[in-house]
Amino acid sequence: MLWTKKDLLGLEYLSKEEIELILETAESFKEVTTREIKKVPALRGKTVVNLFYEPSTRTRISFEVAAKRLSADVINIAVETSSVRKGETLIDTGKNIQALKADILVVRHNCSGAPALLARSLAINVVNAGDGWHEHPTQALLDIFTLREKLGRIEGLRVVIVGDIAHSRVCRSNIWGLSKLGAKVTVCAPTMLIPPGIEEMGAANCCAVSCDIDEALKDADAVNVLRMQFERDELTAFPQQLEYFKNYGITEERLKRAKKNIIVMHPGPINRGIEIASEVADGANSVILEQVTNGIAVRMAVLFLVAQAQDKNAQ
Amino acid sequence: MREKTKILDVEAMARSLMRIAHEILEHNRGSRDLAIVGIRSRGAHLAVRLAECIKKIDNKEIPVGILDITLYRDDLTLLTAQPVVHKTEINFDIHDKNIILVDDVLYTGRTIRCALSELIDFGRPQTIQLAVLIDRGHRELPIRADYVGKNIPTSQDEMVEVRMSEVDGKDEVVIMEKG
Repeated sequence: MLWTKKDLLGLEYLSKEEIELILETAESFKEVTTREIKKVPALRGKTVVNLFYEPSTRTRISFEVAAKRLSADVINIAVETSSVRKGETLIDTGKNIQALKADILVVRHNCSGAPALLARSLAINVVNAGDGWHEHPTQALLDIFTLREKLGRIEGLRVVIVGDIAHSRVCRSNIWGLSKLGAKVTVCAPTMLIPPGIEEMGAANCCAVSCDIDEALKDADAVNVLRMQFERDELTAFPQQLEYFKNYGITEERLKRAKKNIIVMHPGPINRGIEIASEVADGANSVILEQVTNGIAVRMAVLFLVAQAQDKNAQ
Repeated sequence: MREKTKILDVEAMARSLMRIAHEILEHNRGSRDLAIVGIRSRGAHLAVRLAECIKKIDNKEIPVGILDITLYRDDLTLLTAQPVVHKTEINFDIHDKNIILVDDVLYTGRTIRCALSELIDFGRPQTIQLAVLIDRGHRELPIRADYVGKNIPTSQDEMVEVRMSEVDGKDEVVIMEKG
């Protein structure tokens, strides 16, 4: 299997084999993070620019650590302190970064499609670190990597995604990735947070919808708990926090009725007592912090593969 | 490429490995603090076999590791074929050990240069010694082997192919030439 794509924009655009190649490459990179010297020279001399139009701690630091472990140089641009505030367009910002001889642009943007626009306009590699409600491919890849590591496979697994489905790019990337690898996905939320037509996403007949978390958890091998995005004020019809916790929160009580070894994931940041109980977040079924660790290996694999494809294309 | 000559058959290969094992034990005065690290992929299989030879002589198990040097290559950007990154597996502390680094063919020396850089990222061994099954000459870096199965003069148009039963179904070493 060869990697030929210049950019990583979303899991919708990848084949099953390409997703598996990223996961396998990430396994090799995970070993690097256990060494005494956690660094390899694979991207020596390359520059990675993190361009973040939305606040992020985990993802930006994870990309930064990943790039540094590959010996690349890293530049972080927080948009609040950049010329974007003076009215520069997205494409102009991208072209300037390219003119500064950066090699890989990691971009997070509140508009869906912003990374795709940059990828079309620029010759350098573009990696989507989350765009609007569209996709967050590296998050889904690390979720899938963690699941595969824990359960040994993805095919045939039943995965429940519960939370703010409507606004979640993590959910959309997970549906694409999981369904391509043969898992069954059930999205679960109050009706107002389920966008119409979501069951049509991903591979055929792989995505189901439920409004009853207890029913959804029954045969689930894993549950991915999403944060309620209460800061998004465009929706006033949000349920009250306590009401949400009562009806959808992942509690010990609920897990008792699910499979004993059910895997509990969360992309962070977690809101304890709203979508997940503290005891569950810190409990034996939780892999939340392992996800963070695996994120480095997955992002190393993505940076390495897109950079390699670029060098091949240049020849 | 077609086969020009066979330089080692199954018995000759086994004898070479056994001799190298004896030389390693002689040079290091036994197997104390010894560890073997093979370079993927043929070198890794040779490493396992060398450890078996040493066990036959000295009756001691010595640790064996595998090195994947892909991420340390100096030609990553020049390769026509995309390299696949495999895992490095060194599950022991290499600090203060005498490491026998094993590869199938010693040629330009660049692979060994990568392997040395990578090994040192795992700690500080007492010594690193190099064992190869075939030394075919044409070095581009100041590197030499401490233990050699067979020296073979080759031309640069030729290729030396080491075949091992673990991956190729049989043990032999052949020279391939263009044509």
